[in-house]
Amino acid sequence: MSLTLDATAPEARHGALRGLSNLLYRKPTLYLSLLLVPPLLWFGAIYLGSLLTLLWQGFYTFDDFTMTVTPSLTWANFAALFTPANFDIIQRTVLMAVAVSIASAALAFPIAYYMARYTSGKTKAFFYIAVMLPMWASYIVKAYAWTLLLAKGGVAMWFVQHLGLEPLLNLLLSVPGVGGNTLSTSNLGRFLVFVYIWLPFMILPIQASLERLPPSLLQASADLGAQPRQTFMQVILPLSVPGIAAGSIFTFSLTLGDFIVPSLVGPPGYFIGGMVYAQQGAIGNMPMAAAFTLVPIVLIAVYLSIVKRLGAFDAL
Amino acid sequence: MPPAVQFTQVSRQFGEVKAVDQVSIDIQDGEFFSMLGPSGSGKTTCLRLIAGFEQPSAGSIRIHGLEAAGLPPYQRDVNTVFQDYALFPHMNVLDNVAYGLKVKGVARAERLQRAEQALEMVALGGYGSRKPVQLSGGQRQRVALARALVNRPRVLLLDEPLGALDLKLREQMQGELKRLQRQLGITFIFVTHDQSEALSMSDRVAVFNKGRIEQVDTPRNLYMKPATAFVAEFVGTSNVLRGELASQLVGDARPFSIRPEHIRFALGERGASDVEVSGLLHDIQYQGAATRYEIRLDNGQHLSLSQANSQWGDGPASHQPGQRVTARWAREAMVALSEGV
Repeated sequence: MSLTLDATAPEARHGALRGLSNLLYRKPTLYLSLLLVPPLLWFGAIYLGSLLTLLWQGFYTFDDFTMTVTPSLTWANFAALFTPANFDIIQRTVLMAVAVSIASAALAFPIAYYMARYTSGKTKAFFYIAVMLPMWASYIVKAYAWTLLLAKGGVAMWFVQHLGLEPLLNLLLSVPGVGGNTLSTSNLGRFLVFVYIWLPFMILPIQASLERLPPSLLQASADLGAQPRQTFMQVILPLSVPGIAAGSIFTFSLTLGDFIVPSLVGPPGYFIGGMVYAQQGAIGNMPMAAAFTLVPIVLIAVYLSIVKRLGAFDAL
Repeated sequence: MPPAVQFTQVSRQFGEVKAVDQVSIDIQDGEFFSMLGPSGSGKTTCLRLIAGFEQPSAGSIRIHGLEAAGLPPYQRDVNTVFQDYALFPHMNVLDNVAYGLKVKGVARAERLQRAEQALEMVALGGYGSRKPVQLSGGQRQRVALARALVNRPRVLLLDEPLGALDLKLREQMQGELKRLQRQLGITFIFVTHDQSEALSMSDRVAVFNKGRIEQVDTPRNLYMKPATAFVAEFVGTSNVLRGELASQLVGDARPFSIRPEHIRFALGERGASDVEVSGLLHDIQYQGAATRYEIRLDNGQHLSLSQANSQWGDGPASHQPGQRVTARWAREAMVALSEGV
């Protein structure tokens, strides 16, 4: 008796809501479209639409003399990317992005491995927070803080002096392409800041891929006679490649598009991001800025296809 | 010749929990040896101690006479078939099977040839180029077997390898494992919680309970002469009669085991060595090959009686729940038990 009472009461109270949920259950297509239409509208109209409009403007003509843009279509802007001055910018940015990605992966892997294999419960939570904590502070604040850390007489120099490593640092700074007058005006300094800022984006995907690795695979490898080094090279590393690839897509593309760190730390000379900013802001050459925007998109597409060709996503 | 695997007073503790508690076993070379027990009884930990995934807290483990405690898995001449198969998802079947040879530095041509032979041995010749995800559960199981056997181990460890397969496939694989073991002549150590599997395949079975071994014996002896109440009830089903009833029937206060199929309904003349008890029939379960009758005895104990359903119908089909019945069995069919661990 009491059972039937309990069963009917909620139905009476939530009649309309229940009707709606039953309708959605019977018509999964309606349910799906209700869920997907808002994000698809956002993605399609606002994101892709504006991106395509921007790229389209890369075909417009900029008149150097009158400083005006006319909508007559031309390949000139894209061709101009390959002039020595512009190509230099692209080359500089890509080299830095590659170096930052490699260093981040090398630094992130041991941390991610430790997190995935040796921590649990509170220790794991601590590591998650420790990895993400720097992302809670404003990016600009961190970039400025690094200019002070790396400056002459700054904290980094103080450490180097007290460790007696000054000759080594000077040797490093005298290497052409890497060095400069001080850490904060060298490519080395810029590289350090980039690695610091993007490291969490590399740690978390690698950690996730290692977390998915069943412990029995490692045991099976050892059981079949593999030394720990062989287990690492044959099993752990190949199966974590999707994580490394995902992380490197972050570090690579974030470095390609950044214009704040290069303007604060390191030697003079534009990065792609800075060039886009300068073209559309100070100069007003929107078509050239749009052409430059295409460069990271193409580079990432090329990078992804190489990574895919190498089989990075086979284990997904 | 030393035993293939010898445990001497081996213990393994995880914090407060004694997963394995002073276990001693000798497993002979070329034997099909099963470790049987409920989950958490320590059987899998024993297997992992042999493989080297765990190290003993105390005691000595010898594999073919060599002390194994302290040796990592990759320095032991044993191979394991894992419960979840643990195939490498990024390698095809042939590379999976050839893995053990590859890490030991066997030349490519030879290792691929031997891997192909191992695949043929488990009836998977020609499947080498597939990825593990493209195989069925039974096929993955065979690949795992081939991957272990290709290394020609002297001891093969099998950790509930048939657990994930359906009944028909499991029975088929049981036969194939037994055939492979005879053909190769290597020691198989098989962990399972399925007593019928252990009985049908093994030369000898160790029954585990709470980290200790209750009995090590041939399947026939385990069933016919269980040493403890635990073995009697875990291996097959059994009635364990205790206390007053036992002393009343046989004049001995020890617990006794009597198998349900050794009990029948009292009909005709009672033999000289027969014992009889009466009670209320309260449940009848039809099980296909046999019918099981549950009887509540007058002193409150339960008794199960099993009768084969032969087409000549010697069983009285007229039995109904609620009826008073008398059960009878031969005194010799009763086995005296010790209390065990």
